Amino acid sequence: MTQVSLPQPVGTDLELEMEAVGSAHRGGRFWSGRSRYLLGAVSIVLCLVMLTPIVLSVSASLKTTQEAAAVPPTYFPSELSLDNYEKLWDYGSGLPRYLTNSVITAFLTIAMTLILTVPAGYGLARFPIPGKELIFVFLLLALIIPYQALLTPIFLMFSTLGLTNNLFGLAIVHTLIQLPFSIYIMRNAFEAVPRELEEAALVDGASTWQVLRRVFLPNMVPAIITVTLFAFVMSWNEFLGALVMLTRDTTLTLPLVLAAARSVTSLGSTDWGMLQAGVTVAIIPCVLFYLLLQRYYVSGLLTGAVK
Amino acid sequence: MTNRSKLTGFWYVLPALLFVVTFTAWPFLQMVWISLNEWSLITPPEFVGLQNYIDAFADSQFWISLRFTLKYTLYITPILMIGGYLVALLVTPNSGLSRFTRTIVFIPVVIGLGASSFLWYWLFSPNYGLINKFLIDLGIIDTPILWLGVDADLSNWAIIISVTWKVLGFGMILFVAAIQAIPHEITEAAMVDGAGLWQRVRKLILPLTRRTILLVTLVSVIGSLLAFDQFYIMTAGQPRNLTATSVFFVYLNSFPYLKLGYGAALSMILALIILGFTIVQMMLTRRAET
Repeated sequence: MTQVSLPQPVGTDLELEMEAVGSAHRGGRFWSGRSRYLLGAVSIVLCLVMLTPIVLSVSASLKTTQEAAAVPPTYFPSELSLDNYEKLWDYGSGLPRYLTNSVITAFLTIAMTLILTVPAGYGLARFPIPGKELIFVFLLLALIIPYQALLTPIFLMFSTLGLTNNLFGLAIVHTLIQLPFSIYIMRNAFEAVPRELEEAALVDGASTWQVLRRVFLPNMVPAIITVTLFAFVMSWNEFLGALVMLTRDTTLTLPLVLAAARSVTSLGSTDWGMLQAGVTVAIIPCVLFYLLLQRYYVSGLLTGAVK
Repeated sequence: MTNRSKLTGFWYVLPALLFVVTFTAWPFLQMVWISLNEWSLITPPEFVGLQNYIDAFADSQFWISLRFTLKYTLYITPILMIGGYLVALLVTPNSGLSRFTRTIVFIPVVIGLGASSFLWYWLFSPNYGLINKFLIDLGIIDTPILWLGVDADLSNWAIIISVTWKVLGFGMILFVAAIQAIPHEITEAAMVDGAGLWQRVRKLILPLTRRTILLVTLVSVIGSLLAFDQFYIMTAGQPRNLTATSVFFVYLNSFPYLKLGYGAALSMILALIILGFTIVQMMLTRRAET
């Protein structure tokens, strides 16, 4: 059989964590004594450089309208104000509408991704299927064909189905983007569950579906969190698909609102304060979820990037 | 149970299979067909064979976009690789500060490219942006620099700076994992032999993390070749579409211009280029595992 080169699970240990792997690398071993202080200083400077743009953006969003439009600009607001957020709240169809659109799209994407990939991972990891290798390659097709190249035919298909200007339609696009990564993560996670657990339940006469629910799902929680987290962040931030699929103002998601909000003043110039308020609103949930679920993020990346 | 379970497994995979057939494989076949037609959505499609592909190779904007995309990729990839690796070396020891630095450097990775592009669009703004303000305050420049949309090279560099900030943490985290996976005894032995840090990096750490370096390089290259958001947002292709990347050019033809056949042909060419890199990536993954 001619085999298409295929990524295989690199390790069955989804929970591979850098902290665990690197337990040997205690502070002093890697770097010699004196250079540690220098490197500590470099680390701190690096953190400052990485944080500065975010801090500046958030603080610009808290300037008054006049100060946000000042030339030359100020680094930090001389007086705190929520003007920009009030303007953003009322912008176009209103921020609540756009936030709702983004949340609905992300939620539908997560739901579809899980509904498709949990059973698929189970099937691929736990059953003998004729032509399994081939099916797996096929399922990873979206990895090989970039979705950016598929948007024209999908747009045509969706316009006949009435799925343009429709959040469900956009969620389908987001699901197809996220599918290969998620299937990969799920299959690896299902493969990592010891066979004895499954066999014991099967001997008791449970159906495969019951085994999936009772035996596997409790073990799938980390993988499900990882898949959900990545699907959320992708859907919340995705730009090009949304740009193509959504044109009606009431259907826009947050990234598109930023694009629209760029030229809002009467002269067509940019309301910088409001734009940075939008940036702040767009980044808050992502950063928050990342900080809360960091280890899932890292384990997902380590498993998935090797896809 | 053999026969039944063969079918059982298939039923579990079927929904995902149908989804990929409907929303990836079928659109792909349609795209092949559309690319062989002249079609502007208003008029019915007319079969023209390979004419769209011939047109593409004769279209100067096609080459401008492709060349610009390659240039962007060629500039940003070494920056991301070397930068990411240096940061990884810096934060590999599991001290508190290292962990903290890892977390901070990774934060921009989770921010959307759209949001980060709007953030940097403001920072780079000639009169309202803080980058010019900072450079003027330092006395490095007297008049504001027009970073974006006026000069193609300057725009490219401004965008490279913003994207480097955004994705540096991606390579860093994978490099840290790879460096930490090197068995402790190996590095320890080298240290006993009196190998300095530079020697250890060059003779041990780099060769032992070669696979990750290759993979991160390919992921970055593919990502850069598909760049769109940052250019659409920060330069809108200006000046004179000189900063319109390949995906941007596909987008322009397919949607605002509604040249569907031509857009599909361009998509096919782009997909083939990406396919080449993806095959290399998969071969590397497979070979490294066996």
